[in-house]
Amino acid sequence: MKTIKEKHSLAMRWFHWINFPLLTIMIWSGILIYWASPMLPILFPEWFYKLFNIPFRLAEGMAFHFLFMWFFIINGVMYVLYTLVSGEWRELVPNRHSFKEAWLVLLHDLHIRKTIPPQKKYNAAQRIAYSAIILMGIGSFITGLAIYKPVQFNWLCWLCGGYYAARIEHFLLTIGYVLFFVIHIVQVILAGWNNFRSVISGFEVTEQP
Amino acid sequence: MKIKHLFRRKTLTVEQRIKRRNIISFAGFAVLYAGIYGSWRWLYNAPEEVAGITGGARKPLRAALNKTELAFRKVFDPKHLVKTYPASMGAKEVRQNGDIGIDTAPGPDWELLVTKQSGQELHISLNDLKALPKTDITFDFKCIEGWEQISHWAGVKFSDFIMHYHLEDHAKMQYVGLSTPDENYYVGIDMPSAMHPQTLLCYEMNGQPLPVENGYPLRLIIPVKYGVKHLKRIGSMVFSNERPPDYWAEQGYDYYTGL
Repeated sequence: MKTIKEKHSLAMRWFHWINFPLLTIMIWSGILIYWASPMLPILFPEWFYKLFNIPFRLAEGMAFHFLFMWFFIINGVMYVLYTLVSGEWRELVPNRHSFKEAWLVLLHDLHIRKTIPPQKKYNAAQRIAYSAIILMGIGSFITGLAIYKPVQFNWLCWLCGGYYAARIEHFLLTIGYVLFFVIHIVQVILAGWNNFRSVISGFEVTEQP
Repeated sequence: MKIKHLFRRKTLTVEQRIKRRNIISFAGFAVLYAGIYGSWRWLYNAPEEVAGITGGARKPLRAALNKTELAFRKVFDPKHLVKTYPASMGAKEVRQNGDIGIDTAPGPDWELLVTKQSGQELHISLNDLKALPKTDITFDFKCIEGWEQISHWAGVKFSDFIMHYHLEDHAKMQYVGLSTPDENYYVGIDMPSAMHPQTLLCYEMNGQPLPVENGYPLRLIIPVKYGVKHLKRIGSMVFSNERPPDYWAEQGYDYYTGL
């Protein structure tokens, strides 16, 4: 018989689906800014810039970036507060077994191992990934503020290793989000409909004998 | 299945409950994303602001830039200084990014024209300025495009200049406006940034008079702003409680651009 198993709270789903367009806009407007003075010119070829209509939109990029940064940060802060207050952080933060288990999960996902360690709501690899992405968010906030106001927050700039380093870090974190996104999508497809639906509806359907 | 069955909790089987919750949650999701998409379309296609002191930005984005300026003005502190370096670290090949307002030969009879509120004019020569205490700074010059360069500059501290010419009353106003002699390039600076202890009316680069392309005879060096505000070849100075015209703010950039 089918049963309904609650999985993701409404708050979690909300933060997730609000974050997605916000981060997309931050990355897009970030590329509009990055184009004006690329640090790694080999990374984006001309055709990439042309395809997404990037060139000569620095002012526009800055205007979007400095509006949506507020929403992006507010949503991120609310999410972290929510996980702390609700206690859901316990399911998300890696514990002392996570790193070993994550390795076994990886071997399993790569079809090298047949068995997988017993899973709770999030497996060890997910715990690491979902906690790392929050640390990355904090990193984007700090490096972003260091680039945005390098004089008023000169100590942040110093903490990042200087202005240039802060720019590189801010950029690499963004590349990190894109890589996260690609792996995330592959995993979502592999995990299937029941799992994907739970991030919208909040529940999974399980078969009970 | 009739819609009203969806809401009759009691008689629902598991299958029905799954279906009901699926419909509600996916409908909610669709509404949320339709709202997000609609908001984005609204913002992206928002009309451009009416050209004035600022221009070239979508209306709501300009409003956001101005609001964000107010938030960050609160953290502005004149005691927050830009990091300085030994003069020897200043670049020998100093990058310069534009010649708007300085694309003709500088006039031999240059003087700085300061218009006071009373209408009285001060005509200040380069030698007058050189007679004032000299301050030098080697700092990381930052362009709004993203590049930076450590460079060495010297001149009169803006705040020293204000005191020497007894312009303290004028420095109580909100803004100072600077323009090239041909008025093709102009900037507006909020007074706290202008009065920042590292802001210079600069006449030397690397210990030599400014090269023409770097702003001879006098330029602004204002480390708390991006390069776009470091006006080269200053011709005139005015004080105002309203934002003075600003070349790049008319082209979609933030007016404040404070660092």
